[in-house]
Amino acid sequence: MTDDQLENRSDRFDRLPATAEQRRVPERATRADVLAWWDERFGVDPATFEGYTFWERGAGKVWAFAGEADSPVAIEGLGMVFLRTRREHWKPTLEAVQRFGGRASRNVVELSRPEAATFLAGEDQTLDWDGDWGYLVVTHELAGESEPLGVALYVHGELRSQVPKGRRRDLR
Amino acid sequence: MEPPDRYRDLVDDFGAFRAACERPLPSVVRVNTIKTTVERAREALADEGTDVEPTWHDHLFALPEDQPGSNWPYVHGWLHGQEAVSAVPAEVLAPEPGERVWDACAAPGSKTTQLGALMDDRGTLVATDTNLGRLSALRSNAERLGVTNVAVTHEDARNHSLKPFDGEPYDRALVDAPCSCEGTIRKNPDAFDDWTLEHVEGVAGVGKGVLRRAVQATRPGGTVVYSTCTFAPEENEAVLDYVLGAEPCETVAFDLPLEHVPGVTEWRDETYDRSVRRAKRIYPHHNDTGGFFCAKLRVTDE
Repeated sequence: MTDDQLENRSDRFDRLPATAEQRRVPERATRADVLAWWDERFGVDPATFEGYTFWERGAGKVWAFAGEADSPVAIEGLGMVFLRTRREHWKPTLEAVQRFGGRASRNVVELSRPEAATFLAGEDQTLDWDGDWGYLVVTHELAGESEPLGVALYVHGELRSQVPKGRRRDLR
Repeated sequence: MEPPDRYRDLVDDFGAFRAACERPLPSVVRVNTIKTTVERAREALADEGTDVEPTWHDHLFALPEDQPGSNWPYVHGWLHGQEAVSAVPAEVLAPEPGERVWDACAAPGSKTTQLGALMDDRGTLVATDTNLGRLSALRSNAERLGVTNVAVTHEDARNHSLKPFDGEPYDRALVDAPCSCEGTIRKNPDAFDDWTLEHVEGVAGVGKGVLRRAVQATRPGGTVVYSTCTFAPEENEAVLDYVLGAEPCETVAFDLPLEHVPGVTEWRDETYDRSVRRAKRIYPHHNDTGGFFCAKLRVTDE
């Protein structure tokens, strides 16, 4: 192992270590941490991610990749940005929730169409929610089924939209 | 002589060709089967009062209005705005789930994400482009559409390195080459205005280099598809003719449920290998689409 493999670098992807025993870069999330987090926070079965490898590029930014590449790899993209780690509360991306959030069984809030439109516009709204505070999977009904739409932060009786600026739309 | 008059002797019904070039294009979206089904996408659009028309492929819907980005199914990554002929090369390449596939000129990613869907988002899809800004659009499209098997590289495709990917050759490669874009005249009405023969010859040179690299990087028996959205034989049959002579490959016949004519073997003072007739030219008046060129190659042992 060379010295430059002991730190996180923003110009390349490093595969997450399987477990804490194999960790070389301080504070880097492990594969086991990531699987446990999706399971504990949203009830997503770890088997969902069997075909995936997880990678870090940029401190805390974790990518999920279904293909094969050698680690480290200095390229522009590897699957999708999936999860933000290295902070007290980890946060999934909107894209990860749209792709995998349909398998979530807890901390999921189903919105009506008008509420979903407010959320998609990037606006916060008051909402009765007796579940956990923190990041929630937001769903609404589309073509007869509940579909994951994005991520909200629920605090103090308020559902705060986390839709990134570039993904916001006003469909009201 | 410049387009469209330049192609008077090439096109069967030049009047219909020129008239079609002056009409706007129908708005078409592709259903992203990574995130939904054709039936649910149709239902979601119908729920918003949008009734879609069929096209040549059941994954492509023609929309009555030109706003594919302003509806719920789009927001969920169920739809991607993509011109009807732009969906041809990925269908001709027909990658299978689990394969190793290279998209050599990938940005902004319409065809890349279509390849990802055809692969059922499994296997390794390498997407390369030289333009960082357009690569950022590709990444955004891939993420919105939920493609997770794509690895994005920023490099000149002519010097593409297999090193990050075990050095193993690809099963299939798509070269949707940079071109003079004459076939996009219905979407970009000024496409003929900046036309010069020097530009045509310049991009044709790049196309030759990228197609050579694609054949080299694909295993014997593997498939390479070459496509452009232009009419100029210099950028189409001439590129095939050159690569057929320079690399171990042969053209392959293929079916396409769209009206088209075969590749041409003579243009001005040039003659091309007879087998370029297996390529297909799609003119705007054939199917009320943009113009397109597509060829399928098989990589041979020597």
